[in-house]
Amino acid sequence: MTDTTQTTQQPDAADILLSVRGLSKQFSTGSGPVKAVEDISFDVRRGQIVGIVGESGSGKTTAGRCLLRLVEPSSGEAIFDGVDLFSLPEKALRAYRRRLQIIFQDPYSSLNPRMRVRDIIGEAIDTHGLAKGAARQARIEELLTRVGLSPEHARRYPNEFSGGQRQRVGIARALAVEPELIIADEPVSALDVSVQAQVLNLIQELQRELGLTMIFISHDLTVVEYLCDEIVVLYLGRIMEQGPARSVYANPRHPYTRALLATAPVPDPTVRRERVILQGDIPSPLNPPSGCVFRTRCPHAIAACAETVPTRETVGSGHSVACIRQAELVETYQD
Amino acid sequence: MAMSTPNAGNHPDALADDIVLRADNLRTHFIMGARAAKSVDGVTLTVRRGQTLAVVGESGSGKSVTSLSIMRLLAHPGRIVGGRLLYRMRDGGVVDLATLSDKRMRAIRGKEIAMIFQEPMTSLNPLYTVGDQIMEMIRLHEPVDRHEARTRARRMLELVEIPAPDKRLDQYPHEMSGGMRQRVMIALALACNPALLIADEPTTALDVTIQAQILDLMRRLQREIGMSILFVTHNLGVVAEIAHEVAVMYAGRVVEQAPVHDLFARPRHPYTKGLLACIPDAKRDRADDGTRKMLNPIPGSVPSVLALPAGCAFAPRCPLAEPHCETAPPELLNASPEHLTRCWRHELL
Ligand SMILES: Nc1ncnc2c1ncn2[C@@H]1O[C@H](COP(=O)(O)OP(=O)(O)OP(=O)(O)O)[C@@H](O)[C@H]1O
Ligand SMILES: Nc1ncnc2c1ncn2[C@@H]1O[C@H](COP(=O)(O)OP(=O)(O)OP(=O)(O)O)[C@@H](O)[C@H]1O
Ligand code: SF4
Ligand SMILES: [Mg+2]
Ligand SMILES: [Mg+2]
Repeated sequence: MTDTTQTTQQPDAADILLSVRGLSKQFSTGSGPVKAVEDISFDVRRGQIVGIVGESGSGKTTAGRCLLRLVEPSSGEAIFDGVDLFSLPEKALRAYRRRLQIIFQDPYSSLNPRMRVRDIIGEAIDTHGLAKGAARQARIEELLTRVGLSPEHARRYPNEFSGGQRQRVGIARALAVEPELIIADEPVSALDVSVQAQVLNLIQELQRELGLTMIFISHDLTVVEYLCDEIVVLYLGRIMEQGPARSVYANPRHPYTRALLATAPVPDPTVRRERVILQGDIPSPLNPPSGCVFRTRCPHAIAACAETVPTRETVGSGHSVACIRQAELVETYQD
Repeated sequence: MAMSTPNAGNHPDALADDIVLRADNLRTHFIMGARAAKSVDGVTLTVRRGQTLAVVGESGSGKSVTSLSIMRLLAHPGRIVGGRLLYRMRDGGVVDLATLSDKRMRAIRGKEIAMIFQEPMTSLNPLYTVGDQIMEMIRLHEPVDRHEARTRARRMLELVEIPAPDKRLDQYPHEMSGGMRQRVMIALALACNPALLIADEPTTALDVTIQAQILDLMRRLQREIGMSILFVTHNLGVVAEIAHEVAVMYAGRVVEQAPVHDLFARPRHPYTKGLLACIPDAKRDRADDGTRKMLNPIPGSVPSVLALPAGCAFAPRCPLAEPHCETAPPELLNASPEHLTRCWRHELL
């Protein structure tokens, strides 16, 4: 992922597997239009894990589903390996559906309870005609082993598994079609920490050994800091800050990112942090604030923040921030 | 299966002055025909006056069943089958909640001990306004008229920092955001000024910025009102923020209780140690060049409450287990005067 303003100068553009430009999605609801995702741009490089973080309703799931066209985007482009996924006709899209897969948050509801594990995984293989007969059987067993289950699990039903095991089945199903990009929508959020650690290790093994590229959606900043190479911070459907994870965590430049990092609880009672507690609730997406959508909760907001939507400014290599005051605020941050 | 002595009288000697609640080997089972789910099977914990005890454990470890046992709100076929729940009333008397009559329990619920439930809609009725629900709670325990109750309800909403309280009193729960509803639940729980608040995962469903507001609010209320809090959570980060003391649950038992700093600095149970080690921490788990180290998950998985191991329930997953651990359930041992652990081999930690 790189800052949009620099894309043309990137020498290693061939490394970029997916390039999202100006993605917007509006839902029309009974109470009016909801801008769930508004003008999002970012790049995903081969072999990297890009984290999308934000609070509930910030548009993480919608963005992920638009990329797979499980939800039809309202506008924008998603250039995957040179082809715009958003302008592909349905029929041509099918070939790409194999190359991009999704893993869902809820390991309980994302697997059909009436299907055996071998049929859940087998179905994905059959849909794309990848293997038949003995080869198909062998592939299922290989996948189960790959995700840390055993071939004998193939006969079982989802309700015979724990949450962590079910998430492994979900991952095996996604891997069955040998995707190049996996969009994982909160894959560990429903899991206990000890199980979460097992699944995070599995994801890393897959990244290392299969060279997988992943978009990892999460609201857990600790997990994202550990796992991701790049990070995109969303608020009310817009990108507030993005960049290499190390740079953003070491040097957060948007007041929202700073507040998020200051309020995420850390398991260490000796840590006394600068407490920036954001006042108030996230505004309704039916009626978002003018200008900077964060301004109603921003401790640094001034009148000008209501006037214009901030454009993203580069503050470091690949690191950009959408805040009109970012330059003057740096001096007030004592890191 | 020894029952506790059915004694609803006073137990003045059994509780030190600064202790509000002590669970003593509490056992709550769900009995289904010949099978018993031993959801809580040896919970010993202590809540001190004006302090917060965090009860932390993974899903299914028995946190909610412990809370509901204290409130005596267990759903059928759940039943307290053993142990004591000593509670110090505001007047100084000590009662055993495990054996108290239903009638006396009704007078205690809300007034002495109040609870915020994990499932928000268990506490809030969608059909009544927020004001009506708080007023009803007040009038259940105190002889005040509607007007007085409304004034008090309004004051409660102010206390929990809800803007425009007059307008909010007349709204229904579904008209509010998640954070606002959580504030209303706190207001409802505190309406009759309880001495002990049991909060079962009060911030789990909330976003971090809203969670920070609620934790801040609870800390402030505790300082101002002096109530004791039993705070149930599965998040060790939240524990570090809110707790004075921590009780760690595993498979229906409290395996460790200690002051919060002691517990994080030197856990004396291998399970607690394992939990702390598997939470990702970029400072520990990523090298300077950004490369990640693998996490150290606890191997295996939690045992079923229908088939608990005979000895230490953690033995099958424990790096320190020896044959003795597999046959003899560990007693609650003192690793230091204030630090209790159910581990035979805690000295190795
Ligand atoms: N099908 C839909 N129809 C109408 N509005 C929708 C629809 N799907 C999502 N939204 C709205 O779009 C916004 C973004 O929702 P989305 O689910 O993408 O957020 P999220 O960041 O994934 O949140 P969470 O952390 O709760 O999963 C929300 O305001 C949501 O209510
Ligand atoms: N009504 C019931 N009937 C049978 N078993 C039950 C019942 N309620 C709870 N249990 C069992 O008791 C055990 C403890 O459940 P409890 O709800 O206390 O866990 P918890 O620690 O609160 O978990 P969570 O973090 O998921 O809320 C679980 O194994 C659960 O399945
Ligand atoms: S643009 Fe203004 S309102 Fe938005 S974050 Fe920056 S200072 Fe705050
Ligand atoms: Mg989502
Ligand atoms: Mg619970």
